Amino acid sequence: MSRLPKPLTRPPAITPAGTARRRARREAATAWAFVLPSVLIILGLSIIPVLWSLLLSFQYSDLLTPSAWVGLDNYRQLAHDPQFGQAVRNTLVYTALYVPLSIGLGLFLALVLNRRIRFVGLYRTLLFVPFVVSAAAQGVLFSFILDPEFGAANSLLHRIGVSPQGFLSDPAQALLVLVVISLWSGTGFCVVIYLAALQDVPRELIEAATLDGADRRHVLRHVTLPTIAPVSVFLLLWQTINALQVFDLVYVTTKGGPLGSTTVIVYFVWEQAFRNFTAGYGAAAAYVLGVTLLVIAAATRLVRRRDDRRLKGATS
Amino acid sequence: MTDLSHAPGRAADRLRPVGRATGEPVARPRRRFRLPFSPWHLLLAPLALLFAVPLIWLGLSSVMSDAEINRFPPALWPSGIHLGGYRYVLGNAMFPRWFANSLIVSAVAVVSNLLLGTLGGYAFARMRFGGSRVLLVLMLATMAIPFQLTMIPTFLVMRKLGLVDTLGALIVPSLVTPFAVFLLRQFFLSLPRELEEAAWIDGCSRLRVLFQIVVPLSRPALSTVAVLTFLTTWNDLSWPLIALNHDANYTLQLGLTTFRGQHHTQWSAVMAGNVITVLPVLLAFLAAQKTFVRSITSSGLKG
Repeated sequence: MSRLPKPLTRPPAITPAGTARRRARREAATAWAFVLPSVLIILGLSIIPVLWSLLLSFQYSDLLTPSAWVGLDNYRQLAHDPQFGQAVRNTLVYTALYVPLSIGLGLFLALVLNRRIRFVGLYRTLLFVPFVVSAAAQGVLFSFILDPEFGAANSLLHRIGVSPQGFLSDPAQALLVLVVISLWSGTGFCVVIYLAALQDVPRELIEAATLDGADRRHVLRHVTLPTIAPVSVFLLLWQTINALQVFDLVYVTTKGGPLGSTTVIVYFVWEQAFRNFTAGYGAAAAYVLGVTLLVIAAATRLVRRRDDRRLKGATS
Repeated sequence: MTDLSHAPGRAADRLRPVGRATGEPVARPRRRFRLPFSPWHLLLAPLALLFAVPLIWLGLSSVMSDAEINRFPPALWPSGIHLGGYRYVLGNAMFPRWFANSLIVSAVAVVSNLLLGTLGGYAFARMRFGGSRVLLVLMLATMAIPFQLTMIPTFLVMRKLGLVDTLGALIVPSLVTPFAVFLLRQFFLSLPRELEEAAWIDGCSRLRVLFQIVVPLSRPALSTVAVLTFLTTWNDLSWPLIALNHDANYTLQLGLTTFRGQHHTQWSAVMAGNVITVLPVLLAFLAAQKTFVRSITSSGLKG
């Protein structure tokens, strides 16, 4: 052990400053060699495209012929495009339903599973498994189950005497059905995150509150929920960002239909850029969504920081 | 709600025997009827079944005959095991090709994320070099960029590189993610420096220190990166949809989606293809469930 500290103090004594500098330079060169591949790929395929997208959004571009500068025309046109308006509305409805339901259901199930009952592991597995199933597989599976003619869902409804439903082919139902499919696959994620957070709630805190005469509901309201509040904020942010960007499931199941009832913003962007070849217009729509997401993320950040400060102020 | 709160093992239950030992009459009314198991099972069991049923149905319908599926009302249980769907997708369709494509893309992505993430993460955690702070912040910031902001120009970049409609277009953007670099950096920072310094002083190069001392200690973080990279690349649909044109280059997710569009009436074949698409992830999940859950919670809670 005595070997360890000595050499660390030796170099300045016996090596001239030049060697140390050379060593530092060699170290920096090695470090750059280590990070260069990552830097090139990550920054090259994010920062350049983001700026390029911004440029595109001020242009008319069909991805093939040279594009023409049109200024703010794309954005102006977006504001008056009823299709884009519908896409925004559909996305907001989907988000407003999916986010609170997945978080609420996830919290409830996590609280239930966070007690000493049998088969907790099995329940958790079954609730979580759909999360690893890809959106493509989910979409194909559910368009089969919910097929108006050959689907198992209508077959079951028929057996209990309910008239067959249109599900994904019914403009009034399709978006709601998509929310339900997303809940099937996304609730398990919230359950697992909340379960991990609940395990970190200090036991002593709950026991102290119980001894002080707090009943179940009080402990939940004044101990458990405040302790896991940061996790709730994280889930709210995470689920909202993901819900606003929903695309895969829509593409596989409804392709935005019927009658545009499930066209969401990202589907609109994709359709404009890669189906209608109006890439500039698509990029403008993407920027509208992107800026919204950024504002949401920044706002959550601010709220969280303020809460942290308040918490620190309270404890010190 | 009140009768549900008497699950065994609660603090209130533990206090009760004291009263009984002193002979005081227990202040509770008549003993209520009690289930031999926690009443929560009455809620959890049907709910868990509800979550499992679609996947069970996926398995069942993949071994039904088309006749069973296409009659009304369709059968809910296969009369026997019909492998016609599997025979069709493995023989006539491109599923084996798509499976290989998916496997290649995912495998390259996993290996490359582990390697480049380790190198980058280590440099950011342990080495001094000009601009490292700025680079790290920039990289972190890219994690907040939504996919649809980059997808159109990334397609144009890939076209410039001549990679559109090849697996390269899928591989290049997934070679390394900021998530892998950052997660590994955080993990390396948590390791004690002394271990590396000893080897460092013995004259080992940075690379040897990294791969002989640091990497073997970093299994948990490396498995997290591997699991999440595999899950996201295997399951991705939107980028392959944009970057690929010919069905010979499709991945399973994209192949399954188009196959379903072309074979509306052959549901058993579609479901057999769906099983093939889901099974690798499902098996990996069941085999390494703890790692999966830990990876997803750790990435989530730190993100």
